[in-house]
Parts: sequence; C-alpha cells; structure tokens
Amino acid sequence: MVTDNKPPLISINVDGVEHQVVAGTNLVDALAKIGKEVPHYCYHPKLTIAGNCRMCLVELGSPMRDRATNEVILENGKPKIGWQPKPAIACATNVSPGLHVKLDSPEVKACREGVTEMLLLNHPLDCPICDQAGECKLQEFSAEYGKGYSRYVDEKNAKPKKTRLGPRVTLDDERCILCSRCVRFCNDIAKDPVLGFVNRGSFNTLTCFPGKELNNNYSLNTVDICPVGALTSTDFRFKMRVWFLKKTPSICTESSVGVNTTIWSREGKIYRITPRQNDAVNDTWMADSGRELYKQVEDAHRITSASVKGTKTSVDIAFNTASEIIKSGHLAIVGSGHLTVEEQYLLSDLAKKHSAKTYVPAHTGKGDGMLISEDHTPNFRGALVTGLTQNAAVDLKALSSDIESGKVKSLLICREDVTTLGLSAQLLSKVRVIVIATHKNATTDTAEVVLPGLTVFERSGSFINCQFRLQSFVQAIPGPAGTLPDSSYLARFAGLNVNSLWKELAQHVPALAGLAHGKIPEDGVVIDSSKWSSLTFPEGRLLKFAPAGVTA
Amino acid sequence: MAIKIVERRPLSFLEKTYLPQIIAGLKVTWDNLVKPPVTLQYPEERPVIPNGYRGVPTLVRDPQGREKCVSCQLCEFVCPPKAIRITPGEILETADNNHVEKAPKEFDIDMLRCIYCGLCQEVCPEEAIWLQGQYSMTGMTREEMVNNKDKLYELGGTLPDSHYKWDKKKAEAERQQNEQH
Repeated sequence: MVTDNKPPLISINVDGVEHQVVAGTNLVDALAKIGKEVPHYCYHPKLTIAGNCRMCLVELGSPMRDRATNEVILENGKPKIGWQPKPAIACATNVSPGLHVKLDSPEVKACREGVTEMLLLNHPLDCPICDQAGECKLQEFSAEYGKGYSRYVDEKNAKPKKTRLGPRVTLDDERCILCSRCVRFCNDIAKDPVLGFVNRGSFNTLTCFPGKELNNNYSLNTVDICPVGALTSTDFRFKMRVWFLKKTPSICTESSVGVNTTIWSREGKIYRITPRQNDAVNDTWMADSGRELYKQVEDAHRITSASVKGTKTSVDIAFNTASEIIKSGHLAIVGSGHLTVEEQYLLSDLAKKHSAKTYVPAHTGKGDGMLISEDHTPNFRGALVTGLTQNAAVDLKALSSDIESGKVKSLLICREDVTTLGLSAQLLSKVRVIVIATHKNATTDTAEVVLPGLTVFERSGSFINCQFRLQSFVQAIPGPAGTLPDSSYLARFAGLNVNSLWKELAQHVPALAGLAHGKIPEDGVVIDSSKWSSLTFPEGRLLKFAPAGVTA
Repeated sequence: MAIKIVERRPLSFLEKTYLPQIIAGLKVTWDNLVKPPVTLQYPEERPVIPNGYRGVPTLVRDPQGREKCVSCQLCEFVCPPKAIRITPGEILETADNNHVEKAPKEFDIDMLRCIYCGLCQEVCPEEAIWLQGQYSMTGMTREEMVNNKDKLYELGGTLPDSHYKWDKKKAEAERQQNEQH
C-alpha cells in the first residue's frame, strides 16, 4: 500500500552521474531501482545480510570533510571525494547522501572476474543436465562478468550428488556456491533451522543437521531463492527446461491469504507454480502445499464433460435442462468461496431475479500463521462484497429444512460438495439439483445436471483476500475441450453479458466502483471494507495480516 | 531505317549429302554406347555419401554403448521448424550410467518438418545428435515419418568418442572417495 509519508529522496553519484534514490535503502536495491545491476548471489531483499559471496564488490566514496570545521572540502569547486582504499560489498551498504559508487571501474571488473573464477573452480559445469539452467545466476553472471576461461588445472572436488534433503527438495552439493540463502531462510523465515555447512575450505558442504530433514511446508522456497542449481524441486526435477515455459500471473486458492503466484506452463500443461513477489501479501514466499494444486487439473476425478441424469451429453443440452430447472422456480443457491468475484456477482444477480435464498458455506481449518490462513477458501470476502451472503459463517440447516418442507424444489450448487456440509444424498434426491463442479464427489453423483467447471488455472477472474485486497488472475492453460468458464453458464442463466460484466460490477457493487478486471494493479487493490467491520472472521495473525483489534 | 539484306551462303556438296552430320551424330551415340553409365539404378544401387553429408538426424551411442543424449533440450529449442520433441527423464538408480542422472524418456524427430539444417548437431553439448549419411526417408503415414527414440538410435549407431567426460568424472569422484577413507 502507498503510505502518505513518503520517505525522502537523496542524491547519490553512480559512475559520475547523479541519481535520486530513497534514503536508507540497501545499495543493491537502490541501484536496481535506477536500472543498474549489481551482480550478487548471497544478498536477497527479504533475508538477513550475510555478505559472503563477495560478488557485489564496488568502489565506494563520500565527500571529505574538514576535521576541525566539519565543512565539505572543495576541489576545483566540487566536493573532494574520499574513496575507500579497498572495494566494499554493496549489499551491506545503505545509501547515504552524497555517496559515490563506481560500478564500472577496472578494479570492480577485476573483482567480479576474480570472484567468478573462484566460484567456478569446483563447479561441475553440468548445465546441460541442471534444472536451474536458464534461470541460474551463476550462469548469467559468469557470461556477463566472468573471464570466459579457467586457469585451474587440478581436478575438481567431488561432492555428494542427488542428496535427498527432504520430501520435496533434492540437493546437488557440487553446484552449491555456499551463499547460505537457504540456511538463512530456514533460520529466519521458516523458523525451522535444519540446514548448515560442514567441513572446511573447498570441502565446505551444505547438509541437514543429523537426524533432521528439510520437511517444513515452506521448504520449496529454498529452491526458489537458490541462485544456482544446488537445491532443486524433486517434483519439477528433469521435467522441462525453464525457457520453454510460459509464465502467467495467478493467485493461490489454498486459503484466504491470496498468495500471488506464477504458473509455468507449456502447451496447456502446467509444470510448476512459484511465488510472485507482493510485499503486501506474501513477500516472495509461498507454501509447498499450494504448489501442488496444479495436479488437480489432470486429476483422475476431474469432470471433463457435462452430464444429465448420469449420462454424458453436450454442454448445450445440459445447459438447456439446467435452464428449465431454474425457471421451474422454488430455487435455492449454494455459492462458494472458491468462485471468483465475477461469478459470485452473477450468482447473486440470479438469486435476486428468482428470489432464491443463497448460502455460502465457510471452510475453516488450521492456519499456520504464515501464508495459510484459517479460512481455506480464496474468496469468501468476495461473497460478502457481491452480496451473495451477509454473514461470515453460514450453515445449511435452514436449507435442509426448506427442502424437507418442500419450500425449495430446485437447487443450484457451485463448487461445493454439500454432502460433506450436512445435506445427505437422500435429501438431495428430493429436489432437482444442478451442480457446477470441477471434480467428482458425492454431490455430483446425485445431481440431475452436472456442468463441468474450470480450475483457477483455466479461467480468468479476481479474488478478494483476507485484507479485502482485490487481486486478479488470468487464464494460464485452456480447459478440457468443450467446456466453458463458470461465468458464461451463470451469465446465461442470469441473462447478463459476460463481456460487460465489470461495468455491471462497478455500477452495482459500491466497493468495486471505478475498477475493471484489466485495471486491477499487479499487486492488487485494497477496497473499502468498513461495511463488514462488525463481522468476525476466522483468520488469526498471518505474515502480512493481523485481525482487527490486534496490532500488527 | 535502312534495310540490310543478308546474303545466304549456298550449301557445299558435302553438306548437301548430309553425311558429315549423320556421322557426327552416330559418333555421339557410339561413344555413349561404350562409356560406363553415369546414372544409378536408384533403389537397388545407392550413391557413395561423402563425409560431412547432412542426412537424417540421428542419436548416437559412445563406443561403450552409453546413450550420449542427456535431454538438455537445446536441439528442441534451436530447431527452426520445431521438428524435435523431447520428454526428459531420469536414469534409473540401478543403471551403470546412473551418475549422468538425465536421459531422454522420449525423443521424437518429425521428418516431415525437419529441414536438414544441422543446427541440432551444432548446438548439442554432448555430441549426441548427428546428421549422418541416411538421406531417404519414406513412409505411408504421418506417424511413420516421426522417428522415435529407438529408431533414432538404430539409425545413429555408435560413433567414436574423444572425451569420455562422464567416465572421467565418475573415476575422479571414486578416486577422491577412496582417498578420504
């Protein structure tokens, strides 16, 4: 979020050119902001500073001052710069007014060449079989700042290959450059200190502490931050070279945190999910469990075609049958926190037109205080904002008695298995049921009409997370042949046009006024939530969220 | 414009008999009758293929029978007509060449797409893909024209290796292991 009291800008001099940077920021970050790259391995903006890779060595200087008067000493009318006698690491330097930096001097270049040569002494150079190739910092910086040849004539050190660090992480010690990013992540962010270095000198080796393994739910972040191919994901290992993969921004559906993610896909197949930086939501982290969600796309229980009374039909026939059922009246609607804001709006519009009661069941469970909240749906807040539900917690008892008494004769269920929420299959058989679902379950087995739904990877839309932050995601891969996004079924039920949906939303939902799917900024936008401030939500304290009344 | 009249030379006696032309023609016929033929009876007879000929791309093994390809997919990336399709895989823990870690699970080259440019051979870091002497690919269906991994190794055979880099790496690792104990 943009704060009102903007930090002051100061002027620093980079290779003789003055630049304005934010005061007090890290020199590596400040230079990156003005488009100057300082090569680095061990520095990571979200971790503590170790300063052990020495790749970011630069020459630093500052205006000299007279010791007696504390006045700036002038030389030819300009401040005289006192250059430090040796190069210093940029990552352990914060910018200060008048700071002078040399990024391009022969000495800095020699430093980088030397560091690169040292790092490559024992590096196996097995890029052809290394999963990191293509996104490897060592590969990039060696090409850009290295010498291009090695003077080393001895045999390289052999270190353990293919070490299993944990259920999801594989380590190749020969590739490790000992930057300690993973060690610092485990110690400081995951609070699960299991990694450390053993042996000395060039035998220095990354390993797990005896009897421990890297099995916490954030272990795959070590793979993301590893600048080389030492830590690799066991799931993604040898699956595909990264340069073939298409990146699509998405939102994790694991919980109401709304972790920003990147979907890596090729030709309609997802290969991996990685976190996308959003300092207001998830920094650069994400849980391991969220990364496995892409497997639901090709799950054995996936519904890929429409069916009426258990027989497969075309989507059109199923849709027409469903329309008849809806028109027959006495409708009730079970919505979901897994629907997008757009779909929820269409559902609530449909409910208004048929004066149907709506239910949005909550799915609460254990959170981890980091990036998995107690609310296990990505968009429960969206149901509130679009008016699909008024309460934070809803059970289906009223619905079940309405079905018993015959008040409700048809039921539209979206992405919920109501048999697990207190409606028995026997009770469902008393009403005509339409289900939009992605996977087979007891509810789809009893439903009269089943319309195939699309997963979050196959459709576009937006979610509102626990901070009332509206975040949009776009389609990464096509859905199964012949399927339509949920919003197009719902729009046809409600008689609305999908293409002008956001105009409707901006007009009829006060909290979303002035917004549109394409206009939502990359890191989301926080909407006005004062209307729901009296409700109590299940979320406890999280990485970037504290419930109302708790100071962050 | 002035008109220039070209004088037509009258034929000589010999030319009027047509004999010199007939004899010259018969000489050409006779020469070709006794000369060895320059054409080949193609499907039965095959031409000699010179070294460095860019024929059908193939996969090769090293003299010890190890498959050289490590499925880095650089050929797939560089291939201009996108004829190559690789599914990478891991080498089994029990295999002799387990230390190489990676090998192709599937390797398809669509010969209907291949333009015989040789970029795959040029880019290969393991010297595993070679355009060799095979020049004639025929088939009755599209599927037949896709060379799969087995077919590619069958076409490629074995080529000499001047590096044996993976063997050297394994030997060095074992030597260092023994030194430590």
